[in-house]
Amino acid sequence: MAGPVISAEEIKRLAPPEEFRASPIVEGSKGLGWLTDRLSAFAEAKTPIWWWVAFLPAVFCAAVVFPICLFYQVFTGVGVWGNNHPVMWGLDIVNFIWWVGVAHAGTLISALLFLTKQGWRTTIGRMAEAMTVFSVAMAGLYPAIHVGRAWFDWFMFPIPNSNGLWPQFRSPLMWDVFAVNTYLVVSTLFWFMGMIPDFAVLRDRSKTRLRKAIFSALAMGWTGSARHWHNYEKAYTVFAGLCTLLVFTVSSIVGLDFCTAQIAGWHATIFPLYFVIGAVFCGFGMMLVLLISLRKLCHLEDIITKSHIDKVAKLTLVSGLVIAYIYLMEFFIAWYSGDPYERWVFGHRLFGHTYCVMGWILIGVNVVMTQLLWIKKVRSNLVLLFIIGVLINIGMWTERFVIVVGSLYQDFLPANWGKYLPTRWDIGLYIGTLGAFFTLYLLFVKFLPMIAISEVKGAMPEADPHHPSGGALKEAHHE
Amino acid sequence: MNDKLYGIMAEFDSPAAVLRAAKAVRDAGYRRWDVFSPFPVHGMDKVMGLGNSLVGWVSLLLGAGAFMSVVGLIWYANAFDYPLIVGGKPMFSEPMTFVPSYIMLIMGGAVGSLVGMLAFNQLPRLNHPLLSKPRFELASRDKFVLVIGVKDDKFCLTKTRQLLEKIGGNAVTVVEDED
Repeated sequence: MAGPVISAEEIKRLAPPEEFRASPIVEGSKGLGWLTDRLSAFAEAKTPIWWWVAFLPAVFCAAVVFPICLFYQVFTGVGVWGNNHPVMWGLDIVNFIWWVGVAHAGTLISALLFLTKQGWRTTIGRMAEAMTVFSVAMAGLYPAIHVGRAWFDWFMFPIPNSNGLWPQFRSPLMWDVFAVNTYLVVSTLFWFMGMIPDFAVLRDRSKTRLRKAIFSALAMGWTGSARHWHNYEKAYTVFAGLCTLLVFTVSSIVGLDFCTAQIAGWHATIFPLYFVIGAVFCGFGMMLVLLISLRKLCHLEDIITKSHIDKVAKLTLVSGLVIAYIYLMEFFIAWYSGDPYERWVFGHRLFGHTYCVMGWILIGVNVVMTQLLWIKKVRSNLVLLFIIGVLINIGMWTERFVIVVGSLYQDFLPANWGKYLPTRWDIGLYIGTLGAFFTLYLLFVKFLPMIAISEVKGAMPEADPHHPSGGALKEAHHE
Repeated sequence: MNDKLYGIMAEFDSPAAVLRAAKAVRDAGYRRWDVFSPFPVHGMDKVMGLGNSLVGWVSLLLGAGAFMSVVGLIWYANAFDYPLIVGGKPMFSEPMTFVPSYIMLIMGGAVGSLVGMLAFNQLPRLNHPLLSKPRFELASRDKFVLVIGVKDDKFCLTKTRQLLEKIGGNAVTVVEDED
């Protein structure tokens, strides 16, 4: 039955010349078994020191700083923050948009790149999804407490109540409730479904009874049957399509939250796109930070290759260029509209007296610094990329600050003008959410399959039944 | 004789080998068999004649249901139960309902595809006869396992075993059923 299998030399001879070859998804792969060991190693090995070094401060922020700032605000009122007339939206909304933004790149990587069949996405997709899930959770918290009386949050949901009142469905703020909750649920389910086959891998590899029990429960009896895979692949494709829609929906709606107001600088037609691209750009910055650090710390250099990081950097550059275009358009339209209030606001973004530094950080980081990514040497310098990733996060945080505060602090009447400075509770809560995010992320890295084991294996040439490495026979080409 | 049996399993080393084996098993006239692999093997669904998965329809059904329910909810809430005039616009119009209902379509579609996937796969289940076989653990690693079920009309302990050995299956083992 079995004909001659093509030898390794033959494979080498048949392969296209080096310059035409796509860079391998995993460098120096030694087969599927090796890959399984390699990818599940971190979740099974002894916890390294660095993990504790990162985890303890994160968990301190999450378990001490976060609840203190949260409960003090909820029990006392929004007044503990710096928000006050005329800047009624402060760091809470800035951070809300920032966290939603961080989430978006994760969905883009895991869903859109899946639909476009980018094999390299398999190695980083799971980490990106985890980033999405945890940052949406952080984002969702802010509007819930920004309302001031968090115990009335149920007003936001269409629940029949004794007041006989319903939410007003024409308001984008109402759409936001739907969008963010849906985003949280859908990205969590997508993340979980992607992990089911990998839970089965960890179940089959587990040495202790406890691990076996936990992963058996999580894998829900997954056997890897062709029938299972058949339905699973369909479900995954549908999920990816729906998640891609969400990428373009959630931040658009956040943009519409602003457009619904009359404030100068808040109702450009470009806003929905602006927020989507801004979100993706910011998320790619966070992705660079997470990928580069975890690659080093978890010794994943051959899995998350330089070529993958190079591709993420290129995507960062593309979204950065769109952002630069949108900034340009914003300023152009403000001038071209002839509206004195618009001109005032945009002039003051760069040449005002209070927040002009923020405006220049925004231009300097998001527009100017991003251009460094054109250079191949920069894209292959991981330290530099890490710093660029951090700076993009700061730059995009600044952007949201400029949009929110920059438009509010000087509105139509000079008598209304004021200033905004965040208080320690604003900053403490932000640090708390950062701590909660990293706590969750570190727990994910430690205990769950942080790389999609079955997906990476499925993208390898060894998994292709029509490839010689997958056991295809010589005479059976295109069988 | 067959009461305590689940089937016979055989191991293969590569996706191409299991694909060839699956073709041979299909051509031998077996119908109740399955292949277990660490990742979906390209072309296996064609060999097994699985057709189009119905998960997409479950997703569509739930998505469309969620969409229509939210349209109805918005009509009920803002136009019927407590009519609300916003900006002098009609009490109810289709465009006003679009965004929330579209988002709930995504939610319904996503839940539908997960639930559909689990339902069609008959998951979650607590145990499976194959999971008690130590060698089967390799099916999530780097081996490809083909199982011919005892419920197949053509199943015969000797002939089926011979076929699996003939088509290159390693470690051909009888799998016991648990209940």
